[in-house]
Amino acid sequence: MFDLVIIGAGPAGITASIYAARKKMEFLVIAKDIGGQAAWSGEIENYTGYQFITGPELAAKFEEHIRKYGIQVKENERVVELKRKDEGVWIKTDKGVYEAKTAVIASGKRSKELGVPGELEFKNRGLTYCATCDAPLFADKDVAVIGGGNSALDAALQLIQIAKHIYLIDIAPELSGDVVMREKVSQSRKVDVLNNTRVTTILGDKMVSGIRIRRGDKEETLAVEGVFVEIGLIPNSEFAKEVEKNERGEIKVNAYNETNIPGIFAAGDVTDVPEKQIIVAAGEGAKATLSAFRYLAKRR
Amino acid sequence: MAGKKVIIYTTPTCPFCMMAKRFLKDNDIDFEDFDVSTDRTKAQEMIRKSGQMAVPVLDIEGEIIVGFDRERIVKVLGL
Repeated sequence: MFDLVIIGAGPAGITASIYAARKKMEFLVIAKDIGGQAAWSGEIENYTGYQFITGPELAAKFEEHIRKYGIQVKENERVVELKRKDEGVWIKTDKGVYEAKTAVIASGKRSKELGVPGELEFKNRGLTYCATCDAPLFADKDVAVIGGGNSALDAALQLIQIAKHIYLIDIAPELSGDVVMREKVSQSRKVDVLNNTRVTTILGDKMVSGIRIRRGDKEETLAVEGVFVEIGLIPNSEFAKEVEKNERGEIKVNAYNETNIPGIFAAGDVTDVPEKQIIVAAGEGAKATLSAFRYLAKRR
Repeated sequence: MAGKKVIIYTTPTCPFCMMAKRFLKDNDIDFEDFDVSTDRTKAQEMIRKSGQMAVPVLDIEGEIIVGFDRERIVKVLGL
């Protein structure tokens, strides 16, 4: 049985694992990928020690750091259930079952899905959650961006340089992102902003060919070849059913990163800690491992 | 041992493209990199080969890998 299982390898999980290695704990890291959301960041200018670094570069630095300690990460592995069992923690993934005395949940957040027919089917076939990655593939095409916040505006601004025409489809009566970005988007002749509008279906054959939208009681079809879903993030916390969460699904923690269940700690963007920042998540990861370490020391 | 021919389709801004290229370099794998944000022909080729539109795509002598799937790259290249 492990002393500790760390779930996630973003800034919180990586830092948690470095502290665990230095405390010589018997531990395991389970993660979808290394770097987490930090890897998706463009330019980072507020992580102490780096005046400028890109997301992928910082993720590579993180990886270098854990390799130095010989930390093994179970990559590409997804936790499906985590619960208290006897005095420890029981964790089921899509590849196996693990038991540990403690756990640090640092599983971060992921892009929210629309939850409409066609979304799964056309994912990566015209529908994408990463405008930064895939926008260049839609040169001179008609596309739709779904959302009204900063990430949607950012996607629209990137696409203005690339696509032929952009429909910005927002469920709210008004766009909600930064004023500067809103102005830039509304000044572009390439963008049509459709407020009070929801997407009901993604259409296509092999690739996306259009979307069905509804505004009030009027429904219509827009012919687009690209759909960029930018409607925010949700915490990866569903697998921890017994752990207490807030109304947004974020795991509630106290100043010591303790959850409502003894032996289960949480850190980073998956928690209700204010300020979703790389440096905050990293600090929280350190705290969580140190709390788990003290918890084990007391029980010995 | 002759190395397998590795082609990678990328865009300059995609994090997993950068990670995939770094991984190949770290393992001393030679590869040909096509920037599909500027090369339309190669973009079409990538879509045809992979049946989808996300980057990165790796073509290792006909074996198509979508995304930075470290496990599969290791397996296909026999690292």
